Amino acid sequence: MISLRDLTKTFPGGVRALDGIDLTIGDGEFFALLGPSGCGKTTLLRTIAGLETPTTGTIAINTTDVTTRQPGERDVAMVFQDYAIFPHMSVADNIAYPLRIKKIAKAERLAKAREVATRLSLGDLLERRPSQLSGGQQQRVALARAIACHPTAFLFDEPLSNLDARLRLEARTFLKRLQRELAVTTVFVTHDQAEALALADRIAVMDHGRMIQVGTPAEIFQRPATPFVASFIGSTPMNLLPGKVTGGALHVAGAVLPAGALPDGSEILYGMRPEYADLALDEREDGFPGTVAVLENLGTATLVTLEARDRLIQVLVPEGDEPPIGSRAWAVPRQRRALLYADDTLVG
Amino acid sequence: MTTDAAGLGKARASAFVLPALALIAVFLIFPALWTIYLGLTDYRLTGLAAAQPRLVGVDNYTGALADTRFHTSLWLTVLFVGGSAIAGQAVLGFTIAWILRSRRGPVRRLVEGVVLLSWILPSSVVAFLWIALLDRSGGTLNALLGTPGFAWLLDYPMLSIIVFNTWRGTAFSMMLYSAALENVPPSHLETARLAGASVPQQLRDVVFPLLRRHILTNLLLISLWTFNDFTPFLLTAGGPEGRSEILPVYVYNVALRGGSLGAGAAISFLILLINLIMALAYLRLLRGRRRSQEAAAGGPPA
Repeated sequence: MISLRDLTKTFPGGVRALDGIDLTIGDGEFFALLGPSGCGKTTLLRTIAGLETPTTGTIAINTTDVTTRQPGERDVAMVFQDYAIFPHMSVADNIAYPLRIKKIAKAERLAKAREVATRLSLGDLLERRPSQLSGGQQQRVALARAIACHPTAFLFDEPLSNLDARLRLEARTFLKRLQRELAVTTVFVTHDQAEALALADRIAVMDHGRMIQVGTPAEIFQRPATPFVASFIGSTPMNLLPGKVTGGALHVAGAVLPAGALPDGSEILYGMRPEYADLALDEREDGFPGTVAVLENLGTATLVTLEARDRLIQVLVPEGDEPPIGSRAWAVPRQRRALLYADDTLVG
Repeated sequence: MTTDAAGLGKARASAFVLPALALIAVFLIFPALWTIYLGLTDYRLTGLAAAQPRLVGVDNYTGALADTRFHTSLWLTVLFVGGSAIAGQAVLGFTIAWILRSRRGPVRRLVEGVVLLSWILPSSVVAFLWIALLDRSGGTLNALLGTPGFAWLLDYPMLSIIVFNTWRGTAFSMMLYSAALENVPPSHLETARLAGASVPQQLRDVVFPLLRRHILTNLLLISLWTFNDFTPFLLTAGGPEGRSEILPVYVYNVALRGGSLGAGAAISFLILLINLIMALAYLRLLRGRRRSQEAAAGGPPA
């Protein structure tokens, strides 16, 4: 368990990287810190590791306050984006390095390295130098080094971002399975929302040093708490359209929609995922009208961009249902999938 | 595959290289050969042998090699190189570079400025400053320590010139190591820290292996420079009683003060040989390291 209380980090020069972080990560949980670059997610991870000192607040690992402890005394293992494998040591020596620092006898630590390496399919590479390994193998060596010392928690800093796209998907599945088997509390940082959704038990979406929303992938995807989270999550960007309630109905981008309990005169932001809309080629009152401007083939579906008067609206249509370019079309939001935001908060 | 990348042809390519080769021949190879020849004569600065030097065979070489003054001088030079170049400049330079590596701002600029200043000042000026510092009567150091009348240059001549040369030359090592340390990935050091490695362990396991080539190159350069450095002469003139007479000063004393140019040339040639051996030894270390890395990397790629 990792508990963060009122964590703040201000860098010299006044940059506030962390701003009042309160968070409890449960035992064995796979927890993702997600956000755009500069949001403070890496600083938060490094603060948990002890590589940065918080300006205020406390960090506890398994109810022990480690706020002032050195990184080496926190019993955590970190995997860096560049893997940080020592180039002058063999794979076996790399994996056994933390055990060597802990003064474990050579035979014992090499046996341990062999055991972990075999588990990660590195058994035949123990005598190799890191320069002779592929990217995926190097990543597994870094993981093996983290596993070999049996830490209380794993800290992963964008562990998959240096792999090419296909390998990344394989490594993702592998990583999730490994974490399940080991059941070690894991915090990992990523800027890739798909990676966070796929891997994590819970996600914290961060921006400007604050946690905007913490929840399960389903919660974050279905009920993003703010327009920022809504636009950050999802493989296609969410449509966010300004609208206004008048006469008991919601008027958004040329469509008239039920206003629900919203009072007359409220200004709202209407959020609709391209996946949660249908395209109609005949006029619909509850659809956003536009002209088909761009078709992007995504394989099993096509992303259609409609050009409305002053904005673009995107809809995902199944393969084979693409409208011709230049035709008039209406994007019809599906019931109960729309998100309404007023003053940056979710209202319906 | 052609080796004539510029497409000049042999004749024109040679024409471009010729001026450089000519300069090297005139200013490097000829003097070296001339030194060897002089070392075989009894050439003197003044007197009969100055006008008509005679060939004396290898007498000058055997004489120098049998001379205890040469042995003492060689030993003092080894002390001087070991003390001021390796233990002094390299260790101090690395220490400063290590401490300053993560610092920015005025402290770093000040330290770098001061260290660099001691390196770029002319030798004569620096020597004067150090005489003013170490002087027996009215020296700054004696005033600071409250030890009036203590003769540093007479009582501790070797220590004085070692400290002097360390102070003078640290900048080079510091700058070289600063640049080299920039190439150590922070994640490597942090991985070691997270494993619980102390600073000496971080240096041993992460920094030194990565900087091995920089360290060897730096040691080669500063060893050769220090071995041939004449500046200590300005402080102690090799004295008192030859107790700080390092080889360059010894050659000067033999050849120009003593007037035995032939013997001086012979000693110079011996110094040249020692330099050559040092350089070859370092290059061998460097190459051996590279070869073992290549052998390790030579396996089939995964």
